[in-house]
Amino acid sequence: MLSKRIIACLDVRDGQVVKGINFEGLRSAGDPAELARRYNVEGIDELVILDITATLERRRALADTIRAVARELFIPLAVGGGIRTEADGAAAVEAGADKVSLNTAALSNPGLITSLANRYGSQAVIVAIDAKRAPDHSDGRPHFAVYSRSGTSAAARDAVDWAREAESRGAGEILLTSIDRDGTKVGFDCAMTAAVSRAVSIPVIASGGAGGLDHFVDVFTAGAADAALAASIFHFAETSVHSLKLHLKQHGIPVRL
Amino acid sequence: MIALIDYKAGNLTSVKKALAAIGAEVVVPETPAELRGAAGVIVPGVGHFAATRALDSSWVDVIRGLVDDGRPLLGICLGMQWLFEGSSEEPNVPGLGLLSGQCYRLGQERLRPHRAEDMELRGEVSASVRGGGGAPPPVIKVPHVGWNSLDRRRDSVIAAGVADGAQVYFTHSYVAPITADTVASTEHGEPFAAIVERGHVSGAQFHPEKSGDVGLQILRNFLRTVQERTT
Repeated sequence: MLSKRIIACLDVRDGQVVKGINFEGLRSAGDPAELARRYNVEGIDELVILDITATLERRRALADTIRAVARELFIPLAVGGGIRTEADGAAAVEAGADKVSLNTAALSNPGLITSLANRYGSQAVIVAIDAKRAPDHSDGRPHFAVYSRSGTSAAARDAVDWAREAESRGAGEILLTSIDRDGTKVGFDCAMTAAVSRAVSIPVIASGGAGGLDHFVDVFTAGAADAALAASIFHFAETSVHSLKLHLKQHGIPVRL
Repeated sequence: MIALIDYKAGNLTSVKKALAAIGAEVVVPETPAELRGAAGVIVPGVGHFAATRALDSSWVDVIRGLVDDGRPLLGICLGMQWLFEGSSEEPNVPGLGLLSGQCYRLGQERLRPHRAEDMELRGEVSASVRGGGGAPPPVIKVPHVGWNSLDRRRDSVIAAGVADGAQVYFTHSYVAPITADTVASTEHGEPFAAIVERGHVSGAQFHPEKSGDVGLQILRNFLRTVQERTT
């Protein structure tokens, strides 16, 4: 049976792993390659390197970070943050990324999803959707408003509709982050995750809000997630990947142990 | 020297890195002529079966010649499907035909709704049942993406040292049928061939280069068959 995946996210700025709350207030969590090694030993299923470097010249360090991680780890590696053009995506892939994650650029230029999918295959293209709760649509459907530019700019899209469009344009996976829950440790937004997961055939990775073991149980059952991503609870060793997986197994959720 | 065939279906970086990590010497031949001296051949690849069209008769003739000469061949993902006779994904492009059978889309032969809502619409699962706290209906998503387990069916060289139930990383929508050549199968809605082996021709539907220690073990097994033949 297909396992539910546990994915660790490394938010990297200037070559160091950092993590904030509600997309702000960053604190350092260490060297990316060192954290990646630790997670691999603990049994992480996949890694995401999210580059939150502000400036272009510092971004060149990203390729070095990808190379350092990909040299010794043989599990899927996704890279996101600031990928605006096909050339940006190609640079990440050539450095060793298996998947690139598009967010703002996919909203402003959805053709980028298709061009990268045509070049590397759909399995190499993740569309990352940052969304938060908004007043219901006029027809009563719940509304999950999509934001771009690290959660600062309303995109005037609904997460469910955008996920469907991303799939039709060639995305291979959706990485869905709840802005409301990011860094809060109160649990994933299961209703939002389920709404998106049931609307598409491609896998949905839930993100934002992981704080305890039962939050992962919830997102794989009520949230219908295919994978769950977390950052801070792993970085600061509050929860080991292995103990999380044992907990999931005890609750009947298939995992790779 | 292992030749890695680049037919522009996806990216070779990960396969190259994994082979480098186990100490394999790898070349990526630009032309079929450059392939002739290879001690072993790996056909990787992801994406659409139509991409294998790039492996035209000039490549096929050399690859067949190497196989006839006893040199090991390993197909990965789409590269494994190409070892079969063909695929319903692109019926006009034949496979290499070293293994018998046609590849087909997961869940093609049965009614397999992707979405709970669709099941409700078709009346297969009533809303009251779903809302009643019972087990949710099984949802099989295609593409099949993620870690899944290997069910060992018989001993083999390529899968030596790989335990029954070991998990490996898949990402695909089409599968190869289970035949006498199937060494291990995997289940996603239905069982399909995960590792195949016929003599010195073998294949993996998953990505050994992305499957941690289990995947590296399979690549090492391949490397060893290449080395044993050349020494």
